[in-house]
Amino acid sequence: MTFEYSPAPESTAIVDISAQYGLFINGKFVAAKGSKTFNTINPATEKVLSKIAYAQASDVDKAVVAARSAYTKVWSKMAPQERGKYLFRIARIMQERAREFAVLETMDNGKPIRETRDIDVPLAAAHFFYHAGWADKLKYAGAGDNPRPHGVVGQIIPWNFPLLMLAWKVAPALATGNTVVLKPAETTPLTALLFAEVCQQAGLPTGVVNIVTGDGATGSALVNHPDIDKIAFTGSTGVGKGIARAIAGTGKSATLELGGKGANIVFDDSPIDQTVEGIVSGIFFNQGHVCCAGSRLLVQENVHDELIEKLKRRISQIRVGDPLDKNTDLGAINSAAQLARIKEISSSGDAEGAHRWSPECTLPEKGFWYPPTIFTGVTQANRIAQEEIFGPVLSVLTFRTPQEAIDKANNTPYGLSAGVWTEKGSRILWAAKQLKAGVIWANTFNKFDPASPFGGYKESGWGREGGRHGLAAYLKGGEK
Amino acid sequence: MQLVEGTDSSIRRFLKQLPGVDQVGAESRAAMLGTRSIKTASKKWAIDCAISMIDLTTLEGSDTDGKVKALCTKAVHPDPTDPTVPSVGAICVYNDKVATARKHLDAIGGQSIPVAAVSTAFPSGRASLEVKKQDTLDALNSGATEIDMVIDRGAFLSGDLVKVFTEIVYIKELCGDRAHLKVILETGELVTLDNVRKASHLAMAAGADFIKTSTGKISPAATAPVVLVMLEAVRDWYEMTGIRIGVKPAGGIRTTKDAIKQLVLVRETAGEEWLTPKLFRIGASALLNDLLMQRMKLRNGNYAGPNYVTLD
Amino acid sequence: MRIDIRKTYKLYIGGAFPRSESGRTYEVTDAKSNFIANPAQASRKDLRDAVTAARGALGGWSGATAFNRSQILYRIAEMMEARSEEFVEEIALLEGISRVAAKKQVDQAIDAWVWYSGWCDKISTVAGSTNPISGPFYNFTVPESVGVVGIFPAQKSSLLGLVQAIAPVVAGGNTAVVVASQKFPLCAITLSEALATSDLPGGVVNILTGITSELAPWMGAHMDVDAIDATGLSKELDKEVRISGADNLKRIHKFSSSDTPQRMLAFMEYKTVWHPIGI
Repeated sequence: MTFEYSPAPESTAIVDISAQYGLFINGKFVAAKGSKTFNTINPATEKVLSKIAYAQASDVDKAVVAARSAYTKVWSKMAPQERGKYLFRIARIMQERAREFAVLETMDNGKPIRETRDIDVPLAAAHFFYHAGWADKLKYAGAGDNPRPHGVVGQIIPWNFPLLMLAWKVAPALATGNTVVLKPAETTPLTALLFAEVCQQAGLPTGVVNIVTGDGATGSALVNHPDIDKIAFTGSTGVGKGIARAIAGTGKSATLELGGKGANIVFDDSPIDQTVEGIVSGIFFNQGHVCCAGSRLLVQENVHDELIEKLKRRISQIRVGDPLDKNTDLGAINSAAQLARIKEISSSGDAEGAHRWSPECTLPEKGFWYPPTIFTGVTQANRIAQEEIFGPVLSVLTFRTPQEAIDKANNTPYGLSAGVWTEKGSRILWAAKQLKAGVIWANTFNKFDPASPFGGYKESGWGREGGRHGLAAYLKGGEK
Repeated sequence: MQLVEGTDSSIRRFLKQLPGVDQVGAESRAAMLGTRSIKTASKKWAIDCAISMIDLTTLEGSDTDGKVKALCTKAVHPDPTDPTVPSVGAICVYNDKVATARKHLDAIGGQSIPVAAVSTAFPSGRASLEVKKQDTLDALNSGATEIDMVIDRGAFLSGDLVKVFTEIVYIKELCGDRAHLKVILETGELVTLDNVRKASHLAMAAGADFIKTSTGKISPAATAPVVLVMLEAVRDWYEMTGIRIGVKPAGGIRTTKDAIKQLVLVRETAGEEWLTPKLFRIGASALLNDLLMQRMKLRNGNYAGPNYVTLD
Repeated sequence: MRIDIRKTYKLYIGGAFPRSESGRTYEVTDAKSNFIANPAQASRKDLRDAVTAARGALGGWSGATAFNRSQILYRIAEMMEARSEEFVEEIALLEGISRVAAKKQVDQAIDAWVWYSGWCDKISTVAGSTNPISGPFYNFTVPESVGVVGIFPAQKSSLLGLVQAIAPVVAGGNTAVVVASQKFPLCAITLSEALATSDLPGGVVNILTGITSELAPWMGAHMDVDAIDATGLSKELDKEVRISGADNLKRIHKFSSSDTPQRMLAFMEYKTVWHPIGI
């Protein structure tokens, strides 16, 4: 026998999924007006987890009314320090119920338990903890001398980090004194609904957080609701542009976290083993369902072959399979639709002459899966170098000089993230200065922290989330 | 295969072309591998594998023939109530106890268990080359078939790489076909992971059969990032030369969990080829009893206690 | 009738609760001069031990992540909330104020921990900077802890003044040696019991009870103390401490206002880093 790891599945006994969920409005779970529901499934097994209420425009309206009433009567009048205490409570309850959240997220999303347990959930709790401390310190946030909340915020979050994106949205909104109507993604509503329970346990005043489940039409109803003061959206650039158009002339403000095609630039003096790790986490973290993924690897040509060889050896170690297994590195693709998109764009790589490589790996029969994949011999003109694949697919390009690396890295309508790998500090800072991206990781990748602002240049979005700079998005300071 | 001549410039050139190690990245990789969850059948396999890799060690000023003999008995049959428990990888003692160990092992059916001797003025290495050679010869003549030598860390840190290199070459020469040479880097005194990588390659270039983390007398010893970097070094060396060099973490590995983490590091860094006592050893003493207690737990389902394994 | 069990008020040094090495205690009375307790009367050697403990804890505490410190400060608030009743009792008894007024002081003290908990991971965001110097250099400034801080909290406040002095010091990553209010020392020891159960590493906060005028000169002259909060010192003692403190240029500050980030920054140093930018 060799050292094959036996299955080490995390128990699902800790979660208690209802057969059916209503909408969370004004502190209570309520039925939607229509009888329409939709299923949320486990993408690793295709089994139905629960039946979810579908919110139509009138339900959204009820949620906005509840949020407005909570805003005017309670939340905007509360002393900031007391507001902060609710956020501390929420953070603590999330820490207490962390494993439950992790298992539920893994079941609903398909991402490995190792990531939900060690990254998504602790970071989400940390976001609440961090923003709790801001509630009574807004005058120090540099957002003008009279920072005030917008009022009622409509928030629409994606399926790739369901709970974490909720935390990124809800924590700063509440800390700054806004109330919230949140729409989770259609395929991943469960942790948001568990979060609703956390709000109840924390004794959060009713109506401060409202959660409406549904699809794009639900989101659109939220965006277009006349009593929403601000929109916060994370998702595709296409939808983001639609929101920008929809709110034009309405006076609503918006923050948008959209797509990316992050360049990960490797110079020939990089610490090679850690570079390989960084490339792997840059593109295979969360199955590549990451807007800031390092999906374009730009390698200095003189180390290309050596790096690719090491990278392939490392990728062969990636454990693909049951997301609930504690040793799984790469879980399931979130939905059949996303899998189809990944397959479609990837096949264009083959057609356009790039060289595809994947390690030998057996994929489960049920569920949605895609093997870790790299394309070498990619050029800027290929679709796989231009379009966001949002899957475990890496495009490898080469460069000869530092300037060429920067030029290629910036040669995209996106501008969310970039990576730089070199042992030379001055080159890191030079590259960081040249790169047109909102987040630059040097000798690391895909790192997140509540104290660190995140967001993109160009078509990757508007505004920042996290840190002092993220608060500005939820405050009216100088701007009318 | 000779990659490096023993000249200062040649050694420097060789070490200079090694890629750097980013500490934060290496630590995070080692920590991630530490989260691997090894259960049921793979745990059973790993426990027996770890037992067979232990260099069961006593290196105390208070060592006596009695102590060494007791250790040898434990090495052959770690659990007297269970003959399916494998013997350990080797016995590791000071050179004046080598003869006792060899004789006792042979007398109780432990002929296949090698005796390793720590050598070259272990643990500090602060002695003349002549003394170090004599130390090694003593051990070889007493029957040691593995020599655990220490490098001169002072020389390494002061940049006298030739001294470090040539000492290893000399000791390797003495070992010849009679003994395997394990070179102790004492990574706790080299401090940086860059130094660990350099010293690993230096030792391999000079003829080490094994590179070993620590004497066990200095803390920190065999930390996961250090072992990770050394495993990367032997992996890279194999790619350059086709020769597999062994790795021996020693010091601080006390629990089954620690030992299994080491095996995970091996599997996912150097590869499964290294999961044999020929290429991976664990220098330890208390570890063995913890492995035995975990083994009992797997066998009969209950947690064992220290009174159900033997004290030595 | 049941005879109640009284608490022995001891020192808090390095996470342990020793008596004074001198064997001394002093009498604490209530507002009407009735006997209440015999807390330890710390000696210069106890102070020396406390400084050693604080220095030993500094590396770990200042090196901990700001987020970690923030969590621990919040945990202190949690632990204090559970002991509210005991604090109220001690304050009302010693200060001779109503329970309602005492409760208010306790609530404010707990909220002060929460407030500074939030500052741990925000102070460098607010007070740090990147500096647009003329040249191809990246240049930034961050505040860092100053080291071991001796604290003489306000004498007239059992708990609030104490917390308002300790919280900003430890929030900034410093470790502290506190000489509690001479007349109202009981809350300080009860606070140390909350600290000891709050994940705060031993030695980060050390609390001495005793005679301020006996201990202050030793603190002022101690060469391994980096800074002093002299809020609770008399004019004469303040001057004496400033003179002896000049030997190692201790940062010595006195505060009148309550919670401000300036109280943290007073015990932090600014560090500026230059790095070239180039290919």
